Amino acid sequence: MLRYALKRLGLGIIIVSVAMMMLFAMVYVIPGDPASVALGPRATQEMVESLRARMGLDQPIWIQFARFYMSAFRGDLGTEVLSGRPVLTVVLEQLPFTLTLIAGAISWSVLLGIPLGCIAAVKRGGFVDRVIGVLSVAVIAVPSFVIAIYSLLIFAVALQWLPAIGAGEPGNVISQLRHLILPSLAVGLGWVGYIARIVRASMLETLEASHIRTARAFGLTDRRITYSYALRIAVLPTITLLGVGIGHMLSSSVFAEIVFARPGIGKLVYEAISVRNYPIVTGAVLVTTVFFVVVNVIADIVIGALDPRVRASFD
Amino acid sequence: MLRLAKIWRIVRRIVREPLGALGLGLVVLVVLSALFADVLASYPPTKLSPADRFAPASFQHLLGTDHIGRDLFSRVLYGGRIALSIALGATGASLVIGIMLGLIAGYGPRWLDNILLLVFDALKSFPTVILALTLVTITGPSLMSVVLVVVLVSVPGYARIIRTQTLVLKSAEHVMAARSMGAGSARILTVHILPNVIGPILILASMDIPVVVAIEAGLSFLGMGVRPPTPSWGSILNDGFANIRDSYWIVVAGGLPIILTTLGFTFLGETLRDLFDPRLKGRV
Amino acid sequence: MTVLDIRDLSVDFATESGALQALRKVSMSVPENRIVGVVGESGCGKSTLINAILGLLADNGEVTSGEILFEGTHDLTTLAGTAMRDLRGQKIATVFQDPMGALNPVLSVGRQMRDIQYRSNLSRREKDARSIEMLRKVRIPDAEQRLVQFPHEFSGGMKQRIAIAMALMMEPSLLIADEPTTALDATLEVTIIELLKELQQQIGCSVLFISHHLGVIAELCDEMIVMYAGEVVESGTTRDVFHNARHPYTRKLLACDPARLTHRARRLPTIPGTLPDLRNRPEGCVFQARCELADATCSRMPPDEEIAPGHLARCWHTEASVMIGAGA
Repeated sequence: MLRYALKRLGLGIIIVSVAMMMLFAMVYVIPGDPASVALGPRATQEMVESLRARMGLDQPIWIQFARFYMSAFRGDLGTEVLSGRPVLTVVLEQLPFTLTLIAGAISWSVLLGIPLGCIAAVKRGGFVDRVIGVLSVAVIAVPSFVIAIYSLLIFAVALQWLPAIGAGEPGNVISQLRHLILPSLAVGLGWVGYIARIVRASMLETLEASHIRTARAFGLTDRRITYSYALRIAVLPTITLLGVGIGHMLSSSVFAEIVFARPGIGKLVYEAISVRNYPIVTGAVLVTTVFFVVVNVIADIVIGALDPRVRASFD
Repeated sequence: MLRLAKIWRIVRRIVREPLGALGLGLVVLVVLSALFADVLASYPPTKLSPADRFAPASFQHLLGTDHIGRDLFSRVLYGGRIALSIALGATGASLVIGIMLGLIAGYGPRWLDNILLLVFDALKSFPTVILALTLVTITGPSLMSVVLVVVLVSVPGYARIIRTQTLVLKSAEHVMAARSMGAGSARILTVHILPNVIGPILILASMDIPVVVAIEAGLSFLGMGVRPPTPSWGSILNDGFANIRDSYWIVVAGGLPIILTTLGFTFLGETLRDLFDPRLKGRV
Repeated sequence: MTVLDIRDLSVDFATESGALQALRKVSMSVPENRIVGVVGESGCGKSTLINAILGLLADNGEVTSGEILFEGTHDLTTLAGTAMRDLRGQKIATVFQDPMGALNPVLSVGRQMRDIQYRSNLSRREKDARSIEMLRKVRIPDAEQRLVQFPHEFSGGMKQRIAIAMALMMEPSLLIADEPTTALDATLEVTIIELLKELQQQIGCSVLFISHHLGVIAELCDEMIVMYAGEVVESGTTRDVFHNARHPYTRKLLACDPARLTHRARRLPTIPGTLPDLRNRPEGCVFQARCELADATCSRMPPDEEIAPGHLARCWHTEASVMIGAGA
């Protein structure tokens, strides 16, 4: 188990390093000097020079790169040029909002997706199965930002059932939950479809397995066979799927945060980009990438813990 | 004539599935309305008429007008042209690059394969939209930036599939035979491997078209895609979003074509895949 | 008393190219406290027979005629779902062929053994104690500690012993063993066979033992039936069938058994020809296409000729058949 976990972790670190290299390359080719961009057109040459020196932009490229790397691994993503606050702090302040949003989206997708997939598998070939199938494809196909805008229009503007803007009053859980419903549904709805489909497929496969025949031959009830013996195996792929899905949900949360005017990483990056606040952009991209890779490593390790077979194949 | 008959047979098989018929119908509707936008539209898509600002749907303006009095129906039709041409162009470009990189990774030396795999994994580890936003900051919002984003996002997927198939085929009998008879790498790749890997990848690419449409619309919605005043479904949504409380029809006009297009292509793609390549079915 | 009495059982499967008759007029019985062997090549209908007994035929399978009487009273072909389920595991237990796949991979062995005792009123602790007792009976060392382990932590032979322990835990009156040793190597096979025989005597249940291994059948079974293409072609005591086989198929099968070859053969003998297409069964005898004795009479359905009391062969030529095979 430990060796398996370490192997996955090692791979994750390598991927993050390569991603950082690409990120650095991308930022480096940005036209215009970040220092003069940050200070605006009326800055004097002296001011720009001193800021360049402070940002390390006067060094050769490989030194800049090495610095970027070293400091990133120390957790230092630089300071925001204007306010002087550490980038990491600014980004981490916003992270909980986005994580809450994603947690909400995962709840929707799991709470709706697993039962739907299960029902579809049990009623395979019937009308219910077909309806669930078409609905799953439909929610996967429609982009999340359209769902976000339309749900805002219907439930917040027209029906006024739910609030449209913000993340809710600090400290008021009910208010925060009410503010969470629509954005998290917009982010998670597509994943309801993905999860329903994968649970259906793996459920059908599992029900064919010979240990299910054994369970039947021992007279276990269909209910127990389906919902305990088979489902326990059939849900395993959802964990891997959600690991990948979190990356996509991070993307969708950018839209959800902008549409519903919620604080969060997506909104932070969007606003930083419109004022060309590059340290924030790179910092946020780095944090989300690391987050995504870590989530995937965790997903794989969880799978290993839940499914003894996976673990065994690595030992 | 023979080709036409073959296409007709395929169409009949698609239409026999209810979902396929719906998908094909929607795709045909979207494609035709984009092709004949200039015939169908009663106003130029960028024509301002300040007198008609915020007009709800009527016979003069089938979908109403926006905040500067442009006819939304005309803008939606022309927006279809933008959406579809970007979808085709960007998917085509990703396919070409993805296939090339996949063949190199699968057929080339081991170390190159490893490097490419790492690059693909790293590219996939950036959240799409945040990667897109970063890129657009560098290149500036434009049609080409959208294409670039799509290429960066979809190439790793195509390349990985091509790579796997190439690895399998590399040791297949007929390829071994060709190599033993002295066929060069270029010939083996183009004659023996490429034709065998291209079918599944084309179906996958057709299923990615709705994703590309979504990326274009999404970036334009954020003001990072197609530049105004060029009509795009995403920028209509952006215009409408600012006025969502009073003039709901603008976001409806911007969102509906996106929904119809993504549903149409997805339903069609699913049907095609089930008909021609059941092997891909497990892929989510 | 007979534990299991099957009469004229026919099972069809609906397929895209028409009905496939998997079992045709199968009659057999398993007496109390006896071990009955079933032999036949793959595709002869052994699995269909088991599934029909257990009420686990696939959705496209249908019993078209006959009955399966269990303990003289229940007809398993008409038993409703829940009543059938109450028999499974309780009265009729099964050990399947593939020990690797027979246990749920994500549940501990203890959990699975506890679950199959769900009908009993024992406490969780008592159920576990019962599981440990059964594991000891099948000679799993450190049974207590191993209860919390997962199937992949056991070897193939151990898994099969666990499967046997599970099957016998509820002291069923009929144990169906579907090629329980086929996936194991030869030394393990012997220990499993001995274990089965010992436990059968201890519990006093009947066993329906399916195998294609003639040596195992001869070793273990009191009676046996020979199946070919969904029919019982010969049945009787193991002694009768081995020493006085009268169906041409049985004779050829015996002749092909490597263990029984008396001289060194350059090539292992085989039966020429292939199984008939079960969607278009031949009229009359099912073996006629591969039989050297076949003549015009064989195009009519042969009777179940009684060779000796309890020894039946479904053939027109039971007299002439002694000429066939190694016994000749």
